[in-house]
Amino acid sequence: MIDLSSALHLAASEATLAVGALVLLMVGAFAGDKSTRLVSLLSVLLLIAGAVIAITGPWGQAFNGAYVADPLAIYGKSVIYLSAAVAIILGDGWMRRTRIAKTEYPILIVLAAVGMGMMASSGDLISMYVGIELHSLALYVLAAFHRDDAKASEAGLKYFVLGALSSGLLLYGASLIYGFAGSMRFQDIAAFAVDNPGPGLIFGLVFLICGLAFKVSAAPFHMWTPDVYEGAPTPVVALFATAPKMAAMVLIARALEGGFGEAHAQWSQVLVAISLVSFAVGAFGGLAQKDIQRLLAYSSIANIGYALLGLAAGTSAGLQAMLIFMTLYVIDQIGFFAILLSLSRSGRPIRRIQDLAGLKKDRPLTAVALTVLSLSVLGMPPMSGFWAKYYVFGAAANAGLWIVAAIGLVASVVAFYYLRIIKLMWFDAPADEIATDKAPAEAQWIGWAAAAFSFPLVLGALAWLEPVTKAAAAGFGNG
Amino acid sequence: MPYILSLVTFLPLLGALAIFVARLASRSQDAAAPAARWIALGVTLAVLAVSVVLVAGFDPANTGYQFVEFAPWFAGASYHLGVDGVSILFVLLTAFLMPICILASWKSIETRVVEYMIAFLVLETLVIGVFTSLDLFLFYIFFEGTLVPMFLIIGIWGGQNRIYAAYKFFLYTLLGSVLMLLAMLWMAHTAGTTSIPELKRFAFDPAVQPILWLAFFASFAVKMPMWPVHTWLPDAHVQAPTAGSVILAGILLKLGGYGFILFNVPMFPMASEMFRPLVFTLSVIAIVYTSLVAWRQTDIKKLIAYSSVAHMGFVTLGIFSGNDQGMQGAVFQMISHGLISGALFLCVGVVYDRMHTREIAFYGGLTNRMPWFAAIFLMFTMANVGLPGTSGFIGEVLTMTGAYRASTWAALIAASGVIFSAVYALTLYRAVMFGEITNPKLQTITDIDKRELLLFVPLIVGTLWLGVYPGAVLDYTGPAVEALTNAYRVAIGG
Repeated sequence: MIDLSSALHLAASEATLAVGALVLLMVGAFAGDKSTRLVSLLSVLLLIAGAVIAITGPWGQAFNGAYVADPLAIYGKSVIYLSAAVAIILGDGWMRRTRIAKTEYPILIVLAAVGMGMMASSGDLISMYVGIELHSLALYVLAAFHRDDAKASEAGLKYFVLGALSSGLLLYGASLIYGFAGSMRFQDIAAFAVDNPGPGLIFGLVFLICGLAFKVSAAPFHMWTPDVYEGAPTPVVALFATAPKMAAMVLIARALEGGFGEAHAQWSQVLVAISLVSFAVGAFGGLAQKDIQRLLAYSSIANIGYALLGLAAGTSAGLQAMLIFMTLYVIDQIGFFAILLSLSRSGRPIRRIQDLAGLKKDRPLTAVALTVLSLSVLGMPPMSGFWAKYYVFGAAANAGLWIVAAIGLVASVVAFYYLRIIKLMWFDAPADEIATDKAPAEAQWIGWAAAAFSFPLVLGALAWLEPVTKAAAAGFGNG
Repeated sequence: MPYILSLVTFLPLLGALAIFVARLASRSQDAAAPAARWIALGVTLAVLAVSVVLVAGFDPANTGYQFVEFAPWFAGASYHLGVDGVSILFVLLTAFLMPICILASWKSIETRVVEYMIAFLVLETLVIGVFTSLDLFLFYIFFEGTLVPMFLIIGIWGGQNRIYAAYKFFLYTLLGSVLMLLAMLWMAHTAGTTSIPELKRFAFDPAVQPILWLAFFASFAVKMPMWPVHTWLPDAHVQAPTAGSVILAGILLKLGGYGFILFNVPMFPMASEMFRPLVFTLSVIAIVYTSLVAWRQTDIKKLIAYSSVAHMGFVTLGIFSGNDQGMQGAVFQMISHGLISGALFLCVGVVYDRMHTREIAFYGGLTNRMPWFAAIFLMFTMANVGLPGTSGFIGEVLTMTGAYRASTWAALIAASGVIFSAVYALTLYRAVMFGEITNPKLQTITDIDKRELLLFVPLIVGTLWLGVYPGAVLDYTGPAVEALTNAYRVAIGG
């Protein structure tokens, strides 16, 4: 039994964030909305501090195995916290420009980050569920943050109802697993599953996967994604597309490989099926979209399929591939949304893909950046998206999933809708004479930086990222 | 010079950066245009100079890879460059055609000159990279990378239907190459190396070879292009600007043939032997059928595009004949076609710049007003038909000799294609050049100027020189090809 102080020491990053969020909530409550800027700044610093604490902190298990601090959790958390910080930076300027700035925005993101950190570190079914609910509740509110906007309210409500449904599925699965295995801890479940992976446990496992697939918006549990992406405020969507996806992917890795390592043959099939459906829905669904954020929603469905394929391999290389994929994907997504946020025409944000027409003329550098990012998500070498897919397909292929990898590759060609963005920017003339407004500096710079990372910085970064993710994947369970 | 291959590969990229800097330093797009033109010309000429040094320092008798550079990279891949007797000629061909392309675009490209020149220089880096890389994934990166600048070149500076053509070009070739990527992953996994020289020595399981062979074939056959996946080429050619067509026909199509020589034949010899009837069938269909299709075209560029498909049929015949003559002829035919088709597209560019139409029916009687142009066009028409004394003749004769040794029927049918090529080429020449000028718009057309003449001179010299002295190419390819075909015969047990 580990005593409370060392347990808190292990969970120091979440503890810091939780306490910090409560303090900032007080600041916001007493100082009012004029303190938004300060609260945002402090939240960003808090998240960076959380990442630093997580990276420098010790490894081990706390709270009777409910909380695990191992290299996988730490790697996941640093990506989660830093991308959440970027979402605050992006959101702060945008909220003030659209005059809906509230101190709750950064605080809710910090609270969501606490939940996501818990997800990445969860060692049993209870901490898993608590983590999921903590981050989900914050995200439901964020989705409806623009409360005077009907679409945002619709997005929030839809997300909430369907999220509650998925939580129900997840809990049902968890209760079945607990009932059959007799323990909440992934380690004990794994020990039980070694000699007894009976139908009851598998049944629970499938429900668990369905609930988690909901959270990462993998098809066929993706219905909420396009609507929420379309309705929610753009910086909030930037958050949805990055940190929670990473957290849920780490959690899936933790639950499936940690809790059901022996039942790999069973869950691998489910993941492969989900991947295949996600490829198809993401690729074909995106073709006809007119709204950029809906397009990105379908793109995220397809991409989650690729990440799940890495996990389906069930090997350490597959886990590493998933981590690299998600990291590079998160950076690409941040770039995409930052550029969207930096563009507006006469005060109105750019929502239709058609509005990008002739962007090359107005904003040559931004057009180049968006081109790089589009090619990257399409998977053209040598952009980062290619390397992301390269690792995933390499791991899947080495694990014998040849046919799935082939289908995934073909699907990545079907998803040529990114080419349409390039075509509009470079080949077409602007639809009207209204020039784009002056770009907000922070969004523009983040967008350019993400594009520069996508190519050429990624070539240097991968040399560093590869050993780090390898260590994270290999250190899985060494808490 | 230890890093000469990196230099020749990345020098154009540096030029692209220089143009970008020049653009930032000047007030507007238009102000930076002259600088962009001169930098592009200077850099491409410098690349040509470096590649001449490269060829001069190359030892043709050595069948191994030369000027090798190696550095480990990530993901198991490595930065591995080197050239052999075949690839060095393609490097030279690329370096040779690029300054011509830049000059050809000197006046005809007036919008977005800066971006145009950057796209061309980036394309040059990528293409040379394909020919020099000796690592599977490095090859794939360069190979795929060529799609992006070409997509932009067709899509931005192309003709009326350019967007359709750009999409078609991009998607056809991308779909072909994802299968190749999968095969590469499998090969790296099985052989435990991504080095192309090592993979050439690795004996792949004969049961798996056909699958891998087909995956590579899917990619390179689209690129070549072989019948029936050639349909993107006429569209792309018709819509691309003149210099884009020159690069497309002169170099990008050769990536397919080069890929066959680099991967399919040496790495999967059993499968190459097994699929030879398939390749031969597709090749002779390409030769005969697309020649007939070319005959019925009303657009000059489309006609030449179809003739390219037919000529690439000879290349595939030669490569998969599995003997020295065929393989030598295939390489020779690719080099020669690079010069001839490039020149023919430049000829189309000459009249298109003046009249802005490529309709054959629009023209007629140009010999009266453009004697110099008529002479040059005649020379390249004849080279395209394969008249002895031009490089086209050597390529066709060698590939047909090679094919004859492998299959009499294929050679017989392919030989009839030579006749058809004379039919469509001479029909075109008669319709455009001979007779009286009947179209009043042509009364004021002017003959080629000094800049245009300068474009043609190196191509004329090259075509005639290779036609009279084919050893210039064959001496380089000979030892490398011989080593390749010997290994091939040993592998198939013949």
